Amino acid sequence: MTRDNDLALPRGDRASLAGSRATASSLFQTELLGKAMLESLRKLDPRQQLRNPVMFVVELGSLLTTALYILVCTGYVKESTPWFVLSISIWLWFTVIFSNFAEAMAEGRGKAQAASLRQARKDVAARKVLDNGAAAETGVVGCARFQTVEVSSSALAKGDVVLVEAGHVIPCDGEVVEGMASVDESAITGESAPVIRESGGDRSAVTGGTRVLSDWLLIKITSSPGETFLDRMISMVEGAKRQKTPNEIALNILLTTLTLVFLLVTFTLYPFSVFSVKLAQGGLSGAGAQPITLTVLVALLVCLIPTTIGGLLSAIGIAGMDRLIKANVIAMSGRAVEAAGDVDMLLLDKTGTITLGNRQAAAFLPAPGVSAEQLADAAQLASLSDETPEGRSIVILAKQKFELRERNLQELSAHFVPFSAQTRMSGADLEGRSIRKGAFDAIERHVLSLGAVMPEKVKEDADAVARQGGTPLVVADAGRVLGVVQLKDIVKGGIKERFAELRAMGIKTVMITGDNPLTAAAIAAEAGVDDYLAEATPEDKLALIREAQSGGRLVAMTGDGTNDAPALAQADVAVAMNTGTQAAKEACNMVDLDSSPTKLIAIVEIGKQLLMTRGSLTTFSIANDIAKYFAIIPAAFASTYPVLDKLNVMGLASPESAVLSAVIFNALIILFLLPLALRGVPYRPVGASVLLRDNLLVYGVGGVLAPFIGIKLIDMLLVVFHLV
Amino acid sequence: MSSADYSSSLLQIAAYIVLLALLCMPLGRYMAAVYEGRFAPEGSVIYKFEGLLYKLCRVVPTREMNWSQYACAMLIFNALGMILVYLLQRAQNLLPFNPEALAAVPADLAFNTAVSFASNTNWQNYGGETTLSYGTQMLALTVQNFLSASTGMAVLVAFIRAFVRQDVQDGYLGNFFVDLCRSVIYILLPLSLALAVFLVGQGCPQTLASYAVYEPLETAALSSGAADGKNQSVESAKVKLALGPVASQVAIKQLGTNGGGFYNVNSSHPLENPTPLSNLVQLLAILLIPAGLCHTFGVMVAQPRQGHVLLLSMTAIFVVALGTCFWAENSGSWQNPAWNLIDGNGLALPANMEGKEVRFGVVNSVLWAVATTAASNGSVNSMHDSMSALGGLVPMFLMQLGEVVFGGVGCGLYGMLVFALITVFIAGLMVGRTPEYLGKKIESFEMKMCSLVILIPPLVVLLGTALAVSLPVGQGAVFNTGPHAFSEILYAFSSAGNNNGSAFGGLSGNSPFYNFSLGTAMFLARYWLAVPVLALAGALVGKKRVPAGNGTMPTDTPLFAALLVGVVLVFGGLTFVPALSLGPVVEHLLMVNSR
Repeated sequence: MTRDNDLALPRGDRASLAGSRATASSLFQTELLGKAMLESLRKLDPRQQLRNPVMFVVELGSLLTTALYILVCTGYVKESTPWFVLSISIWLWFTVIFSNFAEAMAEGRGKAQAASLRQARKDVAARKVLDNGAAAETGVVGCARFQTVEVSSSALAKGDVVLVEAGHVIPCDGEVVEGMASVDESAITGESAPVIRESGGDRSAVTGGTRVLSDWLLIKITSSPGETFLDRMISMVEGAKRQKTPNEIALNILLTTLTLVFLLVTFTLYPFSVFSVKLAQGGLSGAGAQPITLTVLVALLVCLIPTTIGGLLSAIGIAGMDRLIKANVIAMSGRAVEAAGDVDMLLLDKTGTITLGNRQAAAFLPAPGVSAEQLADAAQLASLSDETPEGRSIVILAKQKFELRERNLQELSAHFVPFSAQTRMSGADLEGRSIRKGAFDAIERHVLSLGAVMPEKVKEDADAVARQGGTPLVVADAGRVLGVVQLKDIVKGGIKERFAELRAMGIKTVMITGDNPLTAAAIAAEAGVDDYLAEATPEDKLALIREAQSGGRLVAMTGDGTNDAPALAQADVAVAMNTGTQAAKEACNMVDLDSSPTKLIAIVEIGKQLLMTRGSLTTFSIANDIAKYFAIIPAAFASTYPVLDKLNVMGLASPESAVLSAVIFNALIILFLLPLALRGVPYRPVGASVLLRDNLLVYGVGGVLAPFIGIKLIDMLLVVFHLV
Repeated sequence: MSSADYSSSLLQIAAYIVLLALLCMPLGRYMAAVYEGRFAPEGSVIYKFEGLLYKLCRVVPTREMNWSQYACAMLIFNALGMILVYLLQRAQNLLPFNPEALAAVPADLAFNTAVSFASNTNWQNYGGETTLSYGTQMLALTVQNFLSASTGMAVLVAFIRAFVRQDVQDGYLGNFFVDLCRSVIYILLPLSLALAVFLVGQGCPQTLASYAVYEPLETAALSSGAADGKNQSVESAKVKLALGPVASQVAIKQLGTNGGGFYNVNSSHPLENPTPLSNLVQLLAILLIPAGLCHTFGVMVAQPRQGHVLLLSMTAIFVVALGTCFWAENSGSWQNPAWNLIDGNGLALPANMEGKEVRFGVVNSVLWAVATTAASNGSVNSMHDSMSALGGLVPMFLMQLGEVVFGGVGCGLYGMLVFALITVFIAGLMVGRTPEYLGKKIESFEMKMCSLVILIPPLVVLLGTALAVSLPVGQGAVFNTGPHAFSEILYAFSSAGNNNGSAFGGLSGNSPFYNFSLGTAMFLARYWLAVPVLALAGALVGKKRVPAGNGTMPTDTPLFAALLVGVVLVFGGLTFVPALSLGPVVEHLLMVNSR
């Protein structure tokens, strides 16, 4: 299987890096902006607002103040000046609209992506094979032997078999039952290079909406129209089916509780105020005492309830999904994204994730009486026609070490002996030499059959290589054993640092390999993983996951093969490769369109970022309230107790300007924090304590201080422009 | 106050805190041993006695209860207790141990008192020596003092087990009656016995004899009716000195954070709190068990540091509150010139001595006021109503925090643990993990229950106050004018709505309106909290414990303690700042302004 295994930097990172850069530039694209503005007005519909209790209360407050404004203008109610009531009302409406705008912006970006996906989903003509391809043994070779009938793709059902030839679009998700073809999957993956799809093995799954570029495929449909991968992807991207995730629900409960508490605080403040007026009138200073006005009460309520996080909460969730999509991962549920942030154990396949896809020659260990150069020369000759990566690496190593140039086998009139399952050797015959390379026992059998013996040193060398985690390849020229070529796994560059980061994040890494324990231990040590599972069978993987989960751990893994499916289904976060089989894809809760094995790490970071953004903005929102009290309380009771002006530490110009500034700040902060909500609070792989301390400083202490400055500035502007 | 007085005051405060810290640690460990069954293992001699009680009451000690069974047992047990206290008061004129032949208690007052003592509030709308017979004091009040305290401890123990156990499929939390029984016989009874004997030694009465009658030395000085010139009859000039089983009730009133005194004026009465030493020991008894339970928690969850952090958070708020109150009561001269009292030697006393016992002075009055409101004790040795505006704000605010700074025995710690869960929830998100406390994940059901716990006390306090200030019956009960009148009503509901029971004073609470509204407040505050706490325990006990790792937010660090303090203060502050600013805050500003 070909994987992009030659990359030093895990591919997922590049994708997410590119994604975040794209985010920054596309954040305020004018087209998106216009649509979002329109959408934010449409979302004023109370039925939509009801989903978000915090903003629903704000909308009720806006309606109430608007009604008050009309009543004040018509003279039915006497309280504040009409201009003041109007200003408060307008800014309360803005608070709701800004929150709607945040959500619309987050949704808008997904919608644009969904639109392009939808193009691929168009109804296409499909060629349904009659009798499921079993008939028509007419002797005609190729796809022409099938009898087909043209139907619409929407008329296909599970189990139907269709024929797709070059240039045609695959009508529905399915599994290749016959044929091999190159397929353009760029509609889904964004990757322009075609991929090979063939029957059997791990590359048999095809996705509806992708296009066959060459040859033909006989495909058995595995999902009904409307339930295809593409359909699911569109609904996820659009957020149409977006359900609140468990943590989002829990946070919403806390926010609703705070809203209730502040409703209670403001609701009871009116009788307190009326009573205080009565008390003050009994005293000296209470001549002009008036109870708190309804406008100020509503303003106070809106300032106190957590509108900042309430307004941005759904935008944060959608943006988190969006970031995942930017990283070319499709999550089947928001729950999985959250769980990714909690993962504390990663199961990683050795091959492709930790090591480069194949083993490479690392050293020549000659037998007694043979020079290393002789061994290298023979090994290179034996490998010249060997196109396997192992063979290529021997040629290259010989060239690097002994300047041995590649020679043309034809010029040498050599005869290449390919690998066969019987001999389990390969090599070349030339100029009377008969060079063979193969596993130790295969060569041993070969030389013994020629009446020669295996030197003791070669045996020792071979054992030593195996012990260090490599694969010994023994080279012999006829009956003469020349020595051992050490093949070893090459650990990807930078992967060790990555694991160190994961460890700092509190995530345990476990390497899964089919290798023997010796080999596995050596690679595990070199790569710096915490643990390994050697000679892993699907049952072993499942048992490992179950054991970890019973200890309370959350396990994430990637997989592509059908035999990974049970383990994938058991894992809390299961990422399937898009190149993987249908069974793997169905067992997972995320699909990586890049099929990059290291993507898991990026997914974990995105999950953490999502939670952190929620937590940080909640802290910020609550911390803001302190300053708002200092602005509003003295203003609200200015006529009852003028002495409370001592609490006006910001020196706000007048009671009206104080209340209005607080309300304006409260509305604007939503817009101000929108980019952060969409981008997410950056995650750094440091321990939880450090992260908590730093975020607490920025969002907690910052949340206390920022509104003091912001409200004061707005107040100054209001005074300068004579708005109060 | 001279600098020598200052240093002596600070020394007393420091000595108090050090003594408390030294005493609560071994007690906490002992209590853990009691609840874990290590102290009286089955088959031991002590257990035989305990087992006898179970046999007598037909309790199967090994039968565990899930949260709803536990809650039902708790509610029914408390309801029966409440009814018994009510009936005993209503029928006290017919019952023995009533040497003063006191009449039956009126229905509304009896209801208020029954709820008050069952809910561990011990708000006193009655005057002990003038309303209740010895029989009622002993059988109704003293018994309830033990039972309400042990109810709180039992609920706490069930809640702690939710963290100790994991993955319990049936949600078993323990047996309510066993936890209750062990709290009484191994913890409250021995400690109370020791304290009562000590108090008798200091001069507290402990008798069933009727009130003593004395002939005063100077008749005229005591008879207010002498002004009309007529000779007072010898009979009316005699002074009655109320006696009774005082020491036994005072001991448990302090240890069980009950606070309901034998006498109306509580621990400022010379017979209830005779000496400076009795004052210190009673002060220690107020916070001893609540502080010790933090250690119990740490031992039971096998992470002592977790308990230390909670204790540290409580102590931090306590010390700051104490400092503020002490400062406010001592800086009287700049606050109010009227406080510039002159002592016998012509020296100025800038401290606020109004409403304080001269025997105790400022420091011991302030220490008591802060301790009694930090814990939901509610006994007093000075009149909080007479404190300076800011000085009075401190005890009020400590109650409004939800009685989680030490708080009542059991209920204080479970309240604080709920705040810890909320802290973990917010802070846990900030480190990018769905939150967990002691390895238990905090999800939406847990947040729902936590929300109820933090929502109900403000609901009760604010709505109750709003009702009282809106109705003429509520307004008419206050003695003062100006913002202080508002403070008096707010304080009463803050006290009842958080099961503290201390009175600000200045409010005639014994009226049908206040008896009923405060009684309801006490009832809701106690049982509306205990039930969601048990439901929370039921949910948590079924969860697996996630092993702690690098990515887990540590909850046993000073940073977490600071965060917890912040959440408690911010939540209480945001809820009560508007109300407080119309009461003590504006009172203070007006006073400073008028100078």
